[in-house]
Amino acid sequence: MSIEVNSKTVDWIKDETIEKFLKRMKYVFPLVIVKINDKVVPKQDFSKVMIPDKSKIAVIHMISGG
Amino acid sequence: MNEQKLKKIKQRLEESTVGIAGAGGLGSNAAVALARAGIGRLILVDFDKIERSNLARQYYFLDQLGKNKVDALKENIKKINPLIKVETIKVKLEKGEMEKPFKDADVIIEALDDANIKKEFIEEILKKLPDTPIVGASGLSGYGNSDRIKTVRCGKLLMCYDERAKSCDDDILMAPRVALIANWEANLALEIILGEDK
Repeated sequence: MSIEVNSKTVDWIKDETIEKFLKRMKYVFPLVIVKINDKVVPKQDFSKVMIPDKSKIAVIHMISGG
Repeated sequence: MNEQKLKKIKQRLEESTVGIAGAGGLGSNAAVALARAGIGRLILVDFDKIERSNLARQYYFLDQLGKNKVDALKENIKKINPLIKVETIKVKLEKGEMEKPFKDADVIIEALDDANIKKEFIEEILKKLPDTPIVGASGLSGYGNSDRIKTVRCGKLLMCYDERAKSCDDDILMAPRVALIANWEANLALEIILGEDK
């Protein structure tokens, strides 16, 4: 019962939405791209989409500079 | 040097197109690296003109101040290799049509500066051009800490990423780290085009 977050193994919690997951992981950045199993989840769905067990998740926050 | 490998690489690169969104510190350095590597065609997109402060990290010269970045970059690339096809597009990428200049690119490099626009661009490309690999960068300000930079791979998106770097609004952008990440992006583009170097 675990998920992979940016290549690190993290506990999976039943019925956890992306919003709750980001809080648990202390990802508090305003501009994040979240991909679950290679699918980008739009921000408006963060409070609805549950994280499935064994998911591979990428959380990338955008930092200005180019 | 393995002659056959060399020939294969040369040919594959010559046939390939890389689209670069932004011609600042990331875009200008990535474009020059790809030009030197032998890429066949580049699509350069930026609306900005060169200012003196840009010379601290962007691939431009004093006598190019005031020029459009994409025109100056084309000039510099042609000095390295006149055979490379360079398309210059002077537009500000607007939400809803950000993918337009990049439709026939084999790989897209995100080289924009503002975090909001970076995010919008990456999301739009992933949605509208789902088959085109995109290389992005986040977290390049400051100096040192090269070892914190890593590649985060998720499907068609590859990010050069230092999650602990500050925003350029709160930290300084300096040539070595900017060029390091620009070359990191260019290197990932090569890897996508040529396959893993075994």
